[in-house]
Amino acid sequence: MTRKRFSGTVAYYAVAVLLAVIALVPFVWMISTSFKSRGALMSIPIEWIPKEPTLDAYFTVFERFPFLRTIGNSLFIAVCYTLLTLVSASMAAFAFTKIPFKGSGLLLGLYLATMMIPTQVTMIPLFVVMNQIGLINHYSSVILPAIFRPFAVFLLVQQMRTIPPDYMDAARIDGAGVWRIWRQVMLPLCAPSLATLAVTNFMDSWNDYLWPLLMLTDKAKMTLPIALSTLNGQYDTEYNVMMAGSLISMIPIILIYIFAQKYFKHGLMAGGVKG
Amino acid sequence: MTVPSKARGRLRAGGLRSALPFLVPSFAGMLVFSLVPLVISGFISLTDWNGLDELLAPGMLAEHFVGLDNFRAILTSKEFWQVLGNTCRYIVLYIPCMLAASLAVASLLSQSRRGVTAFRVIYYVPVLTSWVAASLIWKSVLSPQYGALNNLLALVGIQGPGWLLDEAWAMPAIVLVSVWKDMGFFGLILLSGMIGIDKGYYEAASLDGAGPWARFWRITLPLMTPAIFYVLIVSLINSFQLFPQIMIMTDGGPNGATQVMVERIYKYGFRYYRMGYAAAFSWILFAIIMLCTFVQMKGQERWVNYDS
Amino acid sequence: MKKQKKLFALTAGLLTIALALSACGGTPASTPGSQSAAAPSGGGDTAEPVTITYCNFNASGGKEEVLQQMYEAFHEEYPNITVEIETIGFDDYFTQMQTRVAGGTAPDCYELNIENFSAYANKGVLAEITGVDLGRIDETALNAFNVGGKQYGLPGNFSNVVLIYNKDLFDQAQVDYPTADWTQEDVQAAAEAIRALGDDIFGYYQPVTYNEFYKVAAQYGGSLLNEDGTAFTINSEANVKAAQMMVDRVLESNVQPTEVQMGGMGDWDLFMSGRLGMIPTGIWAFSSFAEGCDFAWDIAVEPGADQKATAFFSNACVINADSPNKEAAATWITWLCSSDAAAQLRIDSGWDLPAINDEAALATYLDQTPPDNRQAVFDSLDYLVLPPTIEDYALMSDIIGQKLAAAAAGSMTAQQALDEAQAECEAQITLG
Repeated sequence: MTRKRFSGTVAYYAVAVLLAVIALVPFVWMISTSFKSRGALMSIPIEWIPKEPTLDAYFTVFERFPFLRTIGNSLFIAVCYTLLTLVSASMAAFAFTKIPFKGSGLLLGLYLATMMIPTQVTMIPLFVVMNQIGLINHYSSVILPAIFRPFAVFLLVQQMRTIPPDYMDAARIDGAGVWRIWRQVMLPLCAPSLATLAVTNFMDSWNDYLWPLLMLTDKAKMTLPIALSTLNGQYDTEYNVMMAGSLISMIPIILIYIFAQKYFKHGLMAGGVKG
Repeated sequence: MTVPSKARGRLRAGGLRSALPFLVPSFAGMLVFSLVPLVISGFISLTDWNGLDELLAPGMLAEHFVGLDNFRAILTSKEFWQVLGNTCRYIVLYIPCMLAASLAVASLLSQSRRGVTAFRVIYYVPVLTSWVAASLIWKSVLSPQYGALNNLLALVGIQGPGWLLDEAWAMPAIVLVSVWKDMGFFGLILLSGMIGIDKGYYEAASLDGAGPWARFWRITLPLMTPAIFYVLIVSLINSFQLFPQIMIMTDGGPNGATQVMVERIYKYGFRYYRMGYAAAFSWILFAIIMLCTFVQMKGQERWVNYDS
Repeated sequence: MKKQKKLFALTAGLLTIALALSACGGTPASTPGSQSAAAPSGGGDTAEPVTITYCNFNASGGKEEVLQQMYEAFHEEYPNITVEIETIGFDDYFTQMQTRVAGGTAPDCYELNIENFSAYANKGVLAEITGVDLGRIDETALNAFNVGGKQYGLPGNFSNVVLIYNKDLFDQAQVDYPTADWTQEDVQAAAEAIRALGDDIFGYYQPVTYNEFYKVAAQYGGSLLNEDGTAFTINSEANVKAAQMMVDRVLESNVQPTEVQMGGMGDWDLFMSGRLGMIPTGIWAFSSFAEGCDFAWDIAVEPGADQKATAFFSNACVINADSPNKEAAATWITWLCSSDAAAQLRIDSGWDLPAINDEAALATYLDQTPPDNRQAVFDSLDYLVLPPTIEDYALMSDIIGQKLAAAAAGSMTAQQALDEAQAECEAQITLG
């Protein structure tokens, strides 16, 4: 029995570590490149660890744009965007799964159908709409679209459907209204999905490039990806600088993800309570 | 999508009246950010608008009206079917690989072992990387001469292919990168489905003498079907909309081997200034995705299990 | 069909009105159509203060400060004109510009590259530039942005292509340095000698792309269009000869790396790593090479074949046809393109060349080294060849480029590639 358990452990870690290496190799490559000088990018044999590591690429990134300002803008936008998505999507998912009404299935189908619209062609019409509403150059132009995220609604619908009816019944017997059930019963039970959504939506907003580029032409409102894109010239890409910039921009997302871990565990516990 | 008819656990009172306040924000958002632009693009698809003239100028769209010409031209072009074929090739390779990889991730992370939290962070690093950075990294990792992958393969005596530069290997390379990028995300979604499973089932199965494989196939998999269903739907939609990695890594090359639907739509709309044609193209794409998703939705009743 | 059209017009019109009604203080409706811009040649001293926006990509990648300095010098001269500068990365510049133009919110003046300039100019979204003194601007460059006798753009910068070579590799291979009289055969001989130095060392790098092709074709007396621009001549005999020569260097003699040998890395990086003998590339490479090369290098006029032909690149500064401030915009871009102060800043920062015809102003450019033989930059100007300015430029260049790449990868012969390109261009593009 113990031998079997031991070999199981070895197998587990063998697979887990292999997968971890696959996940990390490109990332390590990214770090390595960011410490290289221009000339070392294409040397033979390839340098896994730069022979003459240099911080030049990082200095270049910091020199070329107002760093704190752009990070601040990006943070503000991404936080608002994420919160708005979570509130709006969980409300919709709650209505779809727990409040029966006529046409519910049809409406949900419509929500899902909009996921399938290729955004490239609705971009100009949407730009025109935003311009007509007068939102261009307001932060709200890049935050408000968070109010409708069909992917998030769909994920939460799938999660809420698996929540056993007992919870709802118990809360209703206690005399809770719909708002209280949504806030105090459903939201905590959906913690793992909400945490996943928080991370992915934060990331989507944080990395979004084309839409903020169209909407926020005012330099003071510039976000990080836009600033990073100006590192690229017309004729030339400095890979080391690009990688340094990308690494810096990943740090906040990784931090948020690690922070969200707590809530994944919450979900684990909620699952346990059930049994 | 049919709603299960049993009312237990649902709020009977109110119906639409109590649902409405919960739906208003997202519905308003859908109207402004999705439906209105979609309708406008529908009008555009019936024109030969170049995408530069001011859209709202009076009579702009009427002047350029061409009826269904764009749709006819697309459906009769050789290019459309080639591009559709490329997209399907991607889907056929990508979905099974992605599903296998993310199931592996989910089951590794579902165990309570030492270091599992670290793995959970590590597997998610690719998801957290932006496509721009990820594509650039992979372009250099997949470089036949200087790239990490072929150098590693050479260590075990394998001469790696030209990957993104080889007509036959370019699409598999794109699939590889996409699986790498997505496995953490879908793995986590599957995980949240997996950890919701009642432990009692496993105990009962263990008593029956079921081994870990049997437990996985007979309990874990059936009970996490809602999560799998979500993953399948979303990944299929994403696959049809495959775009950023193509633009940065191959730009549709070599020799058109990685030209896909959205890449064509983007090029026609924003590089060749044929926005009407591009809009029609995207409506066709929209219809194809709708059809596939509808088939999946219909099929879900047969295998997706919502009662844990 | 007619009834259909009416119905369509009606619904489209209703939609437009609905959108317009929903505006709460959006942009004022503007009338479309190109109008001409006029600016007082004296300057902006009598005018009211105006603020214009100028959007560009050329300053991205590290020259934003220089552009700002230019503007400050301009603002001192014309205190009434305030310019808000937006610098955007090259990659999605044109997507965002197109969206803003179509949405009716384009900046007053902006920058376009040659590829996109033709489309914008032919579709009437640019204003003709009149009433400013263009006497100081280089004529060849100016002509590139003249469509049907109307000047729709000013050359903001000016770059041409020269042959850059690694002196150390030439010494090692014991070959004489290139001169202005070199032909493609001389290049081939030297490239083979350098290629022989080692497995990882290559003689020459001229990517088999559209941009290189139309130039080499011209060296063999070929061109992409017939003389009056009414038909494609992509698979002409001279063109096939040119393409064959380019492809052979990759596949036959392999003095030039294949795409796989390049491994998707940049050609500049290959040169800077000291493993490439010669590269015809733009003079915008000078500052990067001066910084990144730890070997000796110099330049020469590009080699020719039956005749010389050198490539030329320029970005156009254009004015939005709907801008309410066309005069101020014309004043600013003319100043930016032709003033001494702007020219000097451009040269001193090692950016690229100002497109002016005043040799004295360019003198300091010659003093900078490396390369020693800067004179070759100006000597090359005698052989400039312009790309055809057709409306569907991007589509044509993509079709030709894709076929050429297939030929360079060995998937088809040069003849097949150009035959297919000819057929596809004829099928998809109507020439004006």
